[in-house]
Amino acid sequence: MRAGRGVAVILAAWLVLPLVPVVLWSFARGWRFPDLLPGDWSLAAWSGVLAPSSDVPEALLTGVALGLAVTAAALVLGVPAGRALGRGRFRGKAAVEVAILAPLIVPPVAYVFGVQALLMPLGLVPTAAGVALAHLVPVLPYVILVMAAVFANQDARFEDQALSLGASRAQVWRHVTLPAIRPGLTAAALFAFLVSWGQYLLTLAVGGGRVTTPPLALYAYLASGRNDIAAAIAALSLLPGIAVILLARRALPRAPAVAP
Amino acid sequence: MRRNLPPLRSVRPPGRILPLLPALALLGWLFYGALGLSVLRSSGAVPGGDGQGQMLAAWRAVAGDPQVWRSALVSLWIAGASTLAAAVLALGIVLHLRRAPAGRGVLVALMRLNLTVPHLVGAAGMLMLWAQSGLAARLAHAMGLVGAPASFPALVWDPWAIGIILVYVWKEAPFIALVLLAQSAPADLDREDAARMLGASPLQVLRHVTLPALAPGLAAAAAIVFAFAFGAYEVPLMLGASDPVALPVLAWQRFTDPDLALRPQAMVLALMVAGLSAGAIGVHLGAVRRLREF
Repeated sequence: MRAGRGVAVILAAWLVLPLVPVVLWSFARGWRFPDLLPGDWSLAAWSGVLAPSSDVPEALLTGVALGLAVTAAALVLGVPAGRALGRGRFRGKAAVEVAILAPLIVPPVAYVFGVQALLMPLGLVPTAAGVALAHLVPVLPYVILVMAAVFANQDARFEDQALSLGASRAQVWRHVTLPAIRPGLTAAALFAFLVSWGQYLLTLAVGGGRVTTPPLALYAYLASGRNDIAAAIAALSLLPGIAVILLARRALPRAPAVAP
Repeated sequence: MRRNLPPLRSVRPPGRILPLLPALALLGWLFYGALGLSVLRSSGAVPGGDGQGQMLAAWRAVAGDPQVWRSALVSLWIAGASTLAAAVLALGIVLHLRRAPAGRGVLVALMRLNLTVPHLVGAAGMLMLWAQSGLAARLAHAMGLVGAPASFPALVWDPWAIGIILVYVWKEAPFIALVLLAQSAPADLDREDAARMLGASPLQVLRHVTLPALAPGLAAAAAIVFAFAFGAYEVPLMLGASDPVALPVLAWQRFTDPDLALRPQAMVLALMVAGLSAGAIGVHLGAVRRLREF
């Protein structure tokens, strides 16, 4: 029993270890080797990051707006598709499943050059709309597959009964379907946002330096040696994930972890 | 739930694929279309602004380029080492957590949280932790183990890509562990108890009962991790050595090179990542099929 607790403590420490210097750096002003802790604690990085004159607030807003837009589009396209895939029986279903799974597993570097070349003639490079379209490639399959699993586990005959009892399609959706799929839908939406929130290469290639999101800002500040600012951005980047874990404790176990 | 309802014929006809079409159209355009365009441009069949004209010139140039092969080896090493280490660690975590020991709830919550951390944030944390002037080096200094930063071992920007592998293991071991925990059923534990009561040693139980039950899920998740670690761009960008760079970094360098003639080569490198990912998808699907049969 005691040994088990030791293992748990070591595991927990390992899981939070890389986040420790991030938090420390965000409150440090000049933290020189070999000081174990910052000599001067300071809120300078935080006030710098959140000041209207800095480019970070805009990056945060862009990241949130992109994430919301991508999530909304992925739900509009992905929920009906997931329902058709989870419930329907049609020829070639296995092939369709693989075709939807592939963009989830193939890394963005494999298709990003082609995406840029396809969006460029449409005037979508460099625009936020183009970036949102590019983000849909990894996000949409995730939503479809989660919703397919949700609909496959839900009994379609409840809807049929409501319909045969005279409910309209809108009433069936609102009072029968939606309550049944809500936990899965919530999980799909939250993780769709997080997948968009973490994108780097697609944003860089299609945004062409004009569309800056938190990961791009984080890299820029780290590459220019501003560890304190980068740490504050990194810490802020953690917030949506923390919110998801806290908000969706009940919905989460239903979300198949299909994306690393 | 099904049993409580009278048998009722479905009102709507089965097999409507119409709702799938918008989503498939988008993926067909921006994923399959993008891959197809890369094939055309890399082969020289469609001019990609390079005016090279010669069929397959980019493929020949890439095949004869030692820099490409060094980068491919680096990426294979990163993906192989990360996947192996993450899988072993995940197995350990699962074997520890399956029987619901103290602290399981906290650990599962921390692993879920870890899953939501953007890779670049993990990389930034590892950089601040393991760089030669990072937190670990400072700790080593405080313990009198190292003097100057240079005497701390190089774990980032190093030829063995240790820093990159550390990020992937940190991110993907929890991913694999959560997949396995979601799959392991109480029946698995019963089977192990039965084997033990029939006189199997702990090692025999592990080898003949536990591991075979976990293997398909492990393979399915590991295939995803391998493809990801082989093709991810931002982590080797931040923590990788400058020569040889990982294959995705090399692809981006060639794509953004002022010499436009190198662009078709970038497409070839991208297609190498796509090809390896296709193999990983095959392994993943095979493992999932075994999982369903189990």
